Amino acid sequence: MAKKAPYIVPVGPIHPALKEPVHIELTVVGEEVISADFTPGQTHRGIEWMGLSRNPVQIVHLTDRICGICGVTHSLAFARAVEQIADITVPERADYVRVIIAEFERIQSHLLWAGVAAHELGFDTLFYLAWRVREEAMDAIECITGNRVNYDIIQIGGVRRDITEVQHAQIRKCLDSYKELFGKLKNMFLEDAVINSRCKGTGLLSFEKAMAYSTVGPTARASGCTADLRVDYPYAAYGDLALKPIMPTAYGTEVNGDTYDRIVVRVFEIAQSIEIIEECLANMPAGPVLWEEKVAKILAACKKAEGEAVGRHEAPRGECLHYVAMDKAEAPIAWKVKASSYSNLHVWPLILKGAQLADIPIIVASVDPCLSCTDRVAITDADAHKTKIFTKEELTRMSYEKTRRMRA
Amino acid sequence: MNPILAAVGGTIVLAILAIAFGLILSGIDRRVVARMQARVGPPLLQPFTDVRKLLAKQNIIPANAIPWLFNLMPIVALASAITILLYLPFGSFAPVLGEFGDVILVLYLLIIPSLALVIGGFASGSPYATVGAQREMVSMIAYELPLAIAVIAIAWRLMAAGVAEPFLMLTLMQTPVWDVVGPLGILALLILLVMMAWVTPGELSKIPFDSPEAETELAGGILVEYSGRNLGLFTLSQAVKMVAMSAFGIILLLPWNLSPFLGLTGAAAGVADLVFFLLKMLFVVIVSVTVVRTMMARFRITQVVGLYWLVLGGLGALAIILMMADAFLLGVI
Repeated sequence: MAKKAPYIVPVGPIHPALKEPVHIELTVVGEEVISADFTPGQTHRGIEWMGLSRNPVQIVHLTDRICGICGVTHSLAFARAVEQIADITVPERADYVRVIIAEFERIQSHLLWAGVAAHELGFDTLFYLAWRVREEAMDAIECITGNRVNYDIIQIGGVRRDITEVQHAQIRKCLDSYKELFGKLKNMFLEDAVINSRCKGTGLLSFEKAMAYSTVGPTARASGCTADLRVDYPYAAYGDLALKPIMPTAYGTEVNGDTYDRIVVRVFEIAQSIEIIEECLANMPAGPVLWEEKVAKILAACKKAEGEAVGRHEAPRGECLHYVAMDKAEAPIAWKVKASSYSNLHVWPLILKGAQLADIPIIVASVDPCLSCTDRVAITDADAHKTKIFTKEELTRMSYEKTRRMRA
Repeated sequence: MNPILAAVGGTIVLAILAIAFGLILSGIDRRVVARMQARVGPPLLQPFTDVRKLLAKQNIIPANAIPWLFNLMPIVALASAITILLYLPFGSFAPVLGEFGDVILVLYLLIIPSLALVIGGFASGSPYATVGAQREMVSMIAYELPLAIAVIAIAWRLMAAGVAEPFLMLTLMQTPVWDVVGPLGILALLILLVMMAWVTPGELSKIPFDSPEAETELAGGILVEYSGRNLGLFTLSQAVKMVAMSAFGIILLLPWNLSPFLGLTGAAAGVADLVFFLLKMLFVVIVSVTVVRTMMARFRITQVVGLYWLVLGGLGALAIILMMADAFLLGVI
């Protein structure tokens, strides 16, 4: 048989399999992908730049809007960075509230992902089920924070709202219904014959590659890396909890690093989050939830602060990192966001290679890409209809030039 | 009456009725799926609205396409789907062109709408459509095998039982194969029933066999470049094909008429049989399309071939052996 010529199948920037814009280019022979490349940078919004002309309390609201799913991830990471610089001690009760809301976020994010994954597999019934039960987590989040999506509950030095006894009933109701549902969800995702046959052995990411590409979160854990920030570098109230990273072995299977393992990890993390929330609710210490009630005083403390710090948080997708540098001014002089997806996307060309075309959507989705968090730099010349991606050398040269200009 | 005029008139009436019933069937299908997924779902007449809107919308022909092929294929698909109906008896109504073709011709005609889709897909010059067209070809080759086995097994058993003209559709409808077989033959027919239930969604490109269209993989695949009137015609041809395919399955395996049981004659019998036939079609669509697509994820194309050839092919071979054993035991061969 004559060798078939490869042809290019573009996926994106806009494609039904993608929930956010990213451009993936696949070289395909027959149904097999022989190489893959991707171009992020389609949803850059310049949030970091906006932040550099605002004070930290204002930036917290901005961070809430970096991502539509991780409403608390970025705010928490940013607040922790600023708190370190300004030497602000967060009250213990606030730490517990932060953990509870962060874990609720993990539940809703994983359920959202599970629905998307089912949809990518053409299993719409499961998609509707996952998204319907996700509503309960959204309602609980609304009960705690007052918002469904952009929670706006984190403040520099604590949280804006306390969780009162009155709210416990609704939160418990939500958790109980999830505990009841968990067995059903587990069966539907992990026992289904078609899901099994489509996900086992596809999108393989070996332990070595997962380490070499610095993957984070469930993507890394599914390949056998025990990395979990909540366990490795406990923060907020995570230090008080006995946590173990969820590995694919939770379901009694070997670690294969395939798409199926990534489903296993996420499904079992939902169960873990339920336990964490229950424990936090039961053991919440009394006390204030804010280091300082008056915003003016928080701002004054921030204005006096000098130095740099890194705030980290184990987001649903893995480690999220905010670097902040402040220099006794209203606004920080530097703010850099590294979202968890940024570390995970780079394995795409690796795990897509050799895959069947039919498995592309689920493999792409299996790292749970969140692109609005990730995209940072895209230079577009609207008049010339050109978009340019700069290389490292070009960027270095440009920064030299700018320094020279500023000195002159 | 002039036979040619009668055939033309019959075709027109049949086409209109089939399109209407096919669209209602797909409306019911969508509604039932929605209810099973705890959604409200669209109104029953939504497919009519969709088609009316599509027919009024702009018809875009991509720059890479081969325009005459691209525009011709939707017409071929609809015309060939309607042609199938001319050879199928509905209830106690004899087929319009019954004496000019038999079950083998229907088997071939069933391929043509899919073939038109494939050619249209290749002619649209999009990589998604190309991949979709390749997959459609592969799945056509895959589901033809169990379908042909089912037809051959049934027609052969009728022939062995001494029925005259066993390959004529009218014979299949009037002589239920269940009545001529023994216990082993019943077992074989039950196997064939399972096979037909799996072939129907494949023939109609429904989940789990919708890989040629695979929304999340190929963005609509074979149909990705079609819009406006062309897409409307393809939608109509799919609706007619749904009618044809479910009717074909019924004629092969569930052919009973209601009128002998009720003792009706004349026009009343015709109406009762037709209504009963339509109800059976609804049943077939709900069992083998609606329920299946609600509870399953999409297969990879390689899995489609494996299922149809190895699993259903194997079952089909078993069914044929059982049929022969049955005929042998009853002493008819």
